[in-house]
Amino acid sequence: MGYKPKLAILAALALVLIVLFMVVGANGNWDYILPSRGKKLFAIVLTGAAIAFATMVFQTITNNRILTPSILGLDSLYMLLQTSFIFFLGSTSQALLNRELNFLLSVAMMVFFSFVLYKLLFKREGPNDIYFLLLIGIICGTFFSSLSSFMQMVIDPNEFMTIQDRMFASFNNVNTDILWLSALLLLLCSLYFLRFSKYLDILSLGRDHAVNLGVPYDRVVKRLLIIIFVLIAIATALVGPMTFLGLLVANVAHEFLKTYKHGALIIGSVLISIIALVGGQFIVERIFTFSTTVSVIINFIGGVYFIYLLLRRNKAW
Amino acid sequence: MVEVQGITKQYGGKNVIENISLKIPKGKITSFIGPNGAGKSTLLSVISRLIKADEGNVWIDDKEVSTCNSNELAKKVSILKQANSINIRLTVKELVCFGRFPYSQGRLKKEDWLHIEEAIEYMELKDMEDMYLDQLSGGQKQRAFIAMVIAQNTEYILLDEPLNNLDMKHSVQIMKVLQRLVKDLNKTVVIVIHDINFASCYSDYIVALKDGLVISEGTKEAMMQSDVLKKIYEMEMPIQTINDNKICVYFS
Repeated sequence: MGYKPKLAILAALALVLIVLFMVVGANGNWDYILPSRGKKLFAIVLTGAAIAFATMVFQTITNNRILTPSILGLDSLYMLLQTSFIFFLGSTSQALLNRELNFLLSVAMMVFFSFVLYKLLFKREGPNDIYFLLLIGIICGTFFSSLSSFMQMVIDPNEFMTIQDRMFASFNNVNTDILWLSALLLLLCSLYFLRFSKYLDILSLGRDHAVNLGVPYDRVVKRLLIIIFVLIAIATALVGPMTFLGLLVANVAHEFLKTYKHGALIIGSVLISIIALVGGQFIVERIFTFSTTVSVIINFIGGVYFIYLLLRRNKAW
Repeated sequence: MVEVQGITKQYGGKNVIENISLKIPKGKITSFIGPNGAGKSTLLSVISRLIKADEGNVWIDDKEVSTCNSNELAKKVSILKQANSINIRLTVKELVCFGRFPYSQGRLKKEDWLHIEEAIEYMELKDMEDMYLDQLSGGQKQRAFIAMVIAQNTEYILLDEPLNNLDMKHSVQIMKVLQRLVKDLNKTVVIVIHDINFASCYSDYIVALKDGLVISEGTKEAMMQSDVLKKIYEMEMPIQTINDNKICVYFS
C-alpha cells in the first residue's frame, strides 16, 4: 500500500474523531456546545499541527529520530516565565490572569530567547553547529527548570497551585482572540516554509549529500530553525508544554507511512497529531470526566514509546 | 580545470593542510595518495566546498568556488565521501533520483528519467533497482552511490576512497567504470586512494600529500619510482614492471 491511501485513512479517522468530539453528549444544547467545543477543537488542531510540523522538520535537519524540539529549552523557558510572573508579580497580576497579555509576553520572550541563542551560536561557522546548538539548548533548559523549581519551593503553596495548573497543557480554557492570532502566525510560518520545502527530502540524506546536491545548507537550516522556534513558541504559549507529543507523532508517521517524502510525512504527522489530541481530549472529557488533562496522557504514552525507541535502537547496534 | 591556490585548513590550531597549490588536469583520472592523516580527504572536501578553507581559493573553470551559486556548482562538481550511511530507507532507484536534484529541484522531468535510467544501466544495477540499500552488499551499495553521482552528470567527479572495504573484484569493477567515465564521457575524476597499485594502474596523474603538504606530483610514470615513494611512505618501496604496469611490492 502506498502512502496516499494511508493518508486518506488518517484523514478519515481524524474526521470521525472530530465529529464524535463535537456531538457526543451534547443533549440538544447545540447553541452552547458547538461554539465552546469548536473553540477547543480549533486550539487542538492548531497546536497539534504546529508541534507535529516542527518536530518532523527538526528531526530531519538533525538527522535524528529520537529528538524533539523541546530539547531547545523552550518548554522550560515557558515554565520559568510563568513561575516568575507569580513569584514577582503575584498570582493575581495581569501578566498571569490576562490570557492575551500572557500569551504575547510568553511568545515574545521565547522568540527573543531563540534569537539570542541563535545569534550567539551562528557567529561561528562549522559543520557541527547544530549539535552545539542542541547542547546549549539542553544546558539552558536545565538551568531554566532549576531556577523555576527554586522559585516554586519558596512561594506560597496556594500560588504554587496556580503554577501547577500551567505545568500541563490544557485545552479547556483558551481565548478566542489568541487562537486567531496563533492561526495567523502559523499561516505565515507555513508560507515562509514553502520556500524551503523542496530541500527537506535532500536534507534527510545528511549534510554532505545535501551540499553536494546544491542545497545552500547553512542558510536553509538556519531558516528552518527559526520556523521551528516560532512554531514551538506558539504551541507552548497557547496551551502549555507538550514534551512527548512531537516525538510520538513524528515516529508513528515514519513507521506508518514508510516513505521518505516530506510532503506526505508532514501531512501524515499533522493528522496523527490531531487524532491523538482529539481522541485524547475526548477520553479526558467523556471517560475521565476532566479529572486529568490530555497532556498527562500524551506524555505517559509518549514516554513509554520513547523508552521503547531507545531500547530498540540499543538492540540494533 | 580545477585550480587550488594556497589552501590552508586548521583544526584546533593545527594545520591539517598547509598552503597547498595545485592544478588538476582536465579529462584525466587524478589520484591523491599519501599516509593516513596527510590531509587528502580534507583537501578533497575543500575542493568540493564541503569544508570551508581558512585561507586560499579554489577555482573551477575560472570561477571561485565560495562565490558560486551552490546549485550551479552542483551541476559541475560532485563529491562522494567514504562513509555513506543514510538514515532513511531508500531503494537504489530512489537514491539515483536524488542525483537529479540540481536540475529538477525535486520535480523529475522526462530528461531526468533518461539520465537516471542511463546511470543505473551504466553501473549494472538494473536487476536490483527496486531493492533497498540496506539489503545490498558493500560493493553494490557503493555502485548505487556512484550511480547517483553519474546521474548528477557533472564534469568533475570527486571520490573519497571509493574502494574502501571492497574486495578485489569490486575494486577493479569500480576503477574500470571510472576509466570509462573519463574515456567515453570526457569527465574529470579525482580520487583519494590508499592502494598505490590501483593508483598506478588506473590513474593518469598522481598527487602525493604528506603532513598537510604536497610533497610530489606528476604523471604516474614519474611518480611510481622507488625513491619517490620511499620519501612519501618512509619505507622500502621496490617497483617491478608487470604487463606494462608498474607494481610496488611493499608487503615484506
